[in-house]
Amino acid sequence: MKFRIYRYDPEKDDRPYVQDYDVALDPHDRMLLDALIRVKAVDDTLSFRRSCREGVCGSDAMNINGKNGLACVTNLNELKEPVELRPLPGLPVIRDLIVDMSQFFMQYHSIKPYLVNDSPAPEKERLQSPEDREELDGLYECILCACCSTACPSFWWNPDKFVGPAGLLAAYRFIADSRDQALGERLDNLEDPYRLFRCHTIMNCVDVCPKGLNPTQAIGKIKDIMVKRVV
Amino acid sequence: MKIPVRKFDAVVVGAGGAGMRASLQLSEAGLSVAVLSKVFPTRSHTVAAQGGIGASLGNMSEDNWLWHMYDTIKGSDWLGDQDAIEYMCRMAPQVVFELEHFGMPFDRNADGTIYQRPFGGHSANFGEKSVQRACSAADRTGHALVHTLYQRNVRARTQFFVEWMALDLVRDAEGDVLGVVAMEMETGEVAILQAKATMFATGGAGRIFAASTNAFINTGDGLGMAARAGIPLQDMEFWQFHPTGVAGAGVLITEGVRGEGGILLNCDGERFMERYAPNLKDLASRDVVSRSMDQEIKEGRGCGPNKDYVLLKLDHLGPEVILKRLPSIREIALKFANVDCVREPIPVVPTIHYQMGGIPTNIHGQVVAPKQGDHKAVVNGLYAVGECACVSVHGANRLGTNSLLDLIVFGRAAGNFIVEQNLQRRSHKPLPAGAADAPLARLARLDGAASGEAVAEVASDLRKTMQAHCGVFRNQQLLTEGVAEVLALEARVGAIAIKDRSRTFNTARVEALELENLIETAKATVISAEARRESRGAQARSDYPVRDDANWLKHTLWYRDGNRLDYKPVNLQPVSVESFPPKARTY
Repeated sequence: MKFRIYRYDPEKDDRPYVQDYDVALDPHDRMLLDALIRVKAVDDTLSFRRSCREGVCGSDAMNINGKNGLACVTNLNELKEPVELRPLPGLPVIRDLIVDMSQFFMQYHSIKPYLVNDSPAPEKERLQSPEDREELDGLYECILCACCSTACPSFWWNPDKFVGPAGLLAAYRFIADSRDQALGERLDNLEDPYRLFRCHTIMNCVDVCPKGLNPTQAIGKIKDIMVKRVV
Repeated sequence: MKIPVRKFDAVVVGAGGAGMRASLQLSEAGLSVAVLSKVFPTRSHTVAAQGGIGASLGNMSEDNWLWHMYDTIKGSDWLGDQDAIEYMCRMAPQVVFELEHFGMPFDRNADGTIYQRPFGGHSANFGEKSVQRACSAADRTGHALVHTLYQRNVRARTQFFVEWMALDLVRDAEGDVLGVVAMEMETGEVAILQAKATMFATGGAGRIFAASTNAFINTGDGLGMAARAGIPLQDMEFWQFHPTGVAGAGVLITEGVRGEGGILLNCDGERFMERYAPNLKDLASRDVVSRSMDQEIKEGRGCGPNKDYVLLKLDHLGPEVILKRLPSIREIALKFANVDCVREPIPVVPTIHYQMGGIPTNIHGQVVAPKQGDHKAVVNGLYAVGECACVSVHGANRLGTNSLLDLIVFGRAAGNFIVEQNLQRRSHKPLPAGAADAPLARLARLDGAASGEAVAEVASDLRKTMQAHCGVFRNQQLLTEGVAEVLALEARVGAIAIKDRSRTFNTARVEALELENLIETAKATVISAEARRESRGAQARSDYPVRDDANWLKHTLWYRDGNRLDYKPVNLQPVSVESFPPKARTY
């Protein structure tokens, strides 16, 4: 199978280049990650992140034939050859397919991604109705792979100011949690021309999310709550 | 060579469930703590746990920690230490409630309490009937847990060293552990992280096998480092085969599927577990179910063109239950088995999943190694928690849901124990001369090797060897040959070479260093298994089919030096309740 892979090693390359590979696959190779491991067996200098190989750890996000996705759950049958692989767009490249995700995590951290509840904890669990718990479905499952934020033009232009779809999804995950008591602060934290409102509902995030989540919808819900608060 | 030294009260290696539960205690107590991880914390393998965390909350029907304790001891085939098991099962409800208070999104019952599902080997009233004890967040419990712990650590301002790989322990002449030598993957720079307490939470080494549910990062780094530092590894012959890995792919299908009512079928469409475990059937202990499946396949009742798997049927649960309780399983089956489990069964085979053995510890997480006849002697300054540790609560076979519980109970206990040591008031012990010499020499050899075998090739041969010689059923011939082959592989590991010469994110170098840890784990496993001439829990020997308490009710200790084996007694004495003496184990 044929691949065209973005290569860059800051120690020896003045600029990035594309390298062609043609590797023989085993009949058991199913996913793009399986093929990448074949490539690495031929050329151990090719660098990429990977771990769980089942789409739950979020390590192997990359740009695959122009679209962000996880290599481990991208079926080889779905890919047009040569398969073009590039690092996630918009973030600084450390080497080959490995990007520096500091900015992405900085935005995630900026929304205070933890439950705030200052009431004394009960001896047992805090009660939550199944309906209230259902509000978290489609939010808590995020794997922080960054496919969404690095597919978002607003995040490309303002990665330092716009929280981005992944961070905002997490923000709404806590806003929507019946156990959380920091709604006001959470909204204040996003009340700014950039942090939330740079989302122009382009919906690239929804298109690429490997977990089928919908950050645009979560962002819309935060905007609704924000508007209601003002009225 | 002068390398930078950074000083902390505590250094935790590994940022999965155990490491982050420990670091939370340490950070919140105000200690300076560095948490190293080869991957961003939420990518640690705890994230892949699916079914649940065990605790006798009694939310669904009456339950009791003593029943949980009994199930765990029986599950362990009496190799688990009963004081540790008592501690874990007593603590379970409290630590689960804490996770809920931290914000973990558990599923809920109509009354607002945490939902619990049935799981293998968990019973009410000492084996009478199945009980719902697995607290779950759909089939993403590990994901919910590891993200919650990361979030809580963000709140506590824990200092993470992301994409740092620990290379070796620093031990002084008195045997005290003073920190680790570690490498930042992005820059290739090596530093000594000096600590008054060093904790391994490095997870398991499931990647020594070819067919494994484990992530690529599960390479037994803590085990390799401990072995090289002269610390023994305990009970390494005991590896759990999870009954339901997707055939061919190895990806895990949670036992929660059977907990929710899924059943295993052979090619005749027979629910064969009724024959092997008349009481708990498909929810018997994992070792029992895996052996039964293997037996069915061996006797020609496997499914598919090669009759080499069995079927996991769950379509009768209905789409509603599947989509609500098992959504990721549907996703995995679609992607990795090409089946929609709402309509069709999933092809499954027993697949390596969990390492019951590890670095020996006491219930405070302190590493223990025999010294002048005292098998409880503490290695000063070193702690181990989670899958890399052997405390031992899982004995010869772990019950489902007890792994997440182990991480949280003992991560928390070790964190608390370190906090009580008042480390801030103590100064660092001086580092020995040449503290980083050994790992630097290994790196230099790798960087200087002009030719040699490729890492991928040797690693692949190692995995094939372990798969062939340390499988579900073992015998003397397989194991004797296995020992010889693994020792031959050790020589090949010593002569590997990599082509990548860059210092920047050199993943080839990381994989080479990981292989040096895998080989230590593999040696410990096959040598311990060869010596143990009985069947107990996950060690099933066709030539010694019976458990032999008279000779083998004891823990194995393997030392890297000369591949020496030693043994120590199992603690059958709990702290506050009566002992559960060994008896026949049926489900």
